[in-house]
Amino acid sequence: MASTDIIIHDKKDNVGVVVIEKVAPNQTCNCWIMEGDGSATVEAKNEVPLGHKLALVDLNEGDTIIKYGHDIGKVVKAIKKGEHVHVHNVKTKKW
Amino acid sequence: MEIPKSFLGYKRENGRVGTRNHVIILPVDDISNACAEAVTNNIKGTIALPHSYGRLQFGADLELHFRTMIGTAKNPNVAAAIIIGIEPKWTKRIVDEVAKTGKPVEGFSIEGAGDIETIMKASKKAQEFSIWASEKQREECPVSDLWISVKCGESDTTSGLASNPTVGNLMDKLEPLGVHLCFGETSELTGAESVCAKRGKTKEAQDKFMKTWSDYNDFILKEATDDLSESQPTAGNIAGGLTTIEEKAFGNFQKIGSRQFVDVLTPAEEPTKGPGLYFMDTSSAAAECVTLQAAGGFNIHLFPTGQGNIIGNPIEPVIKLTANPLTAVKMKEHIDVDVSKILSREMNLDQAGDELIKATMRVANGRFTCAEALGHREFVMTKLYRSA
Repeated sequence: MASTDIIIHDKKDNVGVVVIEKVAPNQTCNCWIMEGDGSATVEAKNEVPLGHKLALVDLNEGDTIIKYGHDIGKVVKAIKKGEHVHVHNVKTKKW
Repeated sequence: MEIPKSFLGYKRENGRVGTRNHVIILPVDDISNACAEAVTNNIKGTIALPHSYGRLQFGADLELHFRTMIGTAKNPNVAAAIIIGIEPKWTKRIVDEVAKTGKPVEGFSIEGAGDIETIMKASKKAQEFSIWASEKQREECPVSDLWISVKCGESDTTSGLASNPTVGNLMDKLEPLGVHLCFGETSELTGAESVCAKRGKTKEAQDKFMKTWSDYNDFILKEATDDLSESQPTAGNIAGGLTTIEEKAFGNFQKIGSRQFVDVLTPAEEPTKGPGLYFMDTSSAAAECVTLQAAGGFNIHLFPTGQGNIIGNPIEPVIKLTANPLTAVKMKEHIDVDVSKILSREMNLDQAGDELIKATMRVANGRFTCAEALGHREFVMTKLYRSA
């Protein structure tokens, strides 16, 4: 079993969480999809630290971020596959 | 793993069981803190619970203050209680309610006597209680005597991935054994509220949850000056990779596993509908939430953390677990259970749940938590609105 760099909760998710100290630009990351115990790979575009998210697909402004199979907020600035997803490009739909 | 059927606890007069054997010196109000602390200083084996409120409160806010005071002293982790207030009436109201449990309790009021005379009288009684409590022995009690509360803090994405699901795994394994369970954090379920409501066992419980959440959300919207992004998620949450309240909520929600809740409790309310999972309406601030759960009668607490919250409680032992490998190393002295191996897939959730059950049993039997050894005794009243 290859070591896991990124964990994805649900098959429907469009983001994954980095679980090693950090991933580097151009690194091919091994992903473990918890739901159904699947695997995938994704190439990181930015340096992303432990616990932070990375996009698994290209996302446009207004798109919904899905994690745990649920809506966790909206894209406010376009994100390319492999880029860091956080407060600079995603906002809550609440409050 | 075969789940232990029993633990060693302190049997109380009313049939409840404690995991601790505290003699508390409880001030009714802020101005009685000095007296309570002086008594604790005089008499070994007692613990004072100073706090900031208890004067000129009214209505629902005053009722919550009394519920918290009474519930704290009634908690089975408390062997005996000394109540000290400025006035006799409010002091007596607490003493009378606590006395119904059958445990030793005595009240003292300072007005007309002064601190020094009150300290002397209360110290004499506290010495009597302390020596009496020191002879209490732990006895074998069924695991169903555990009342487990949960709350997470300084969460990050590792909380939702691993440490919160570990707590959920424990709930799934222990609920069938007749344990009482409690989760809270009304505001931190925002985004997951409709998914959470569906976990109510009855339509009544579901509706009660949605009303509780909506009331809290309306209050937050009324008081908020911006989008709350300075508070929710917190700076610590954001540093740990959590982006929105919705993401935090779905991570938080992992703590209840696949359980359904029996009922919705008001802050500090004791559950009365038998074993199972309860939702308590609480703030999401760690010390406020655990104080309310302890006042509701819960005798052991599980606290998953990501970035490393350090909270403890004076009467309810707080067991901390983390799945963040950096926190597990850098803040080792605060972490009772390290489940970070879930992230590297060297441990699965079932194994992590078993590890947490083992740790919970050891603490129930008397092992100190990290927070107890470090002297964390955060006792924080929830205040609903301004005093008169």
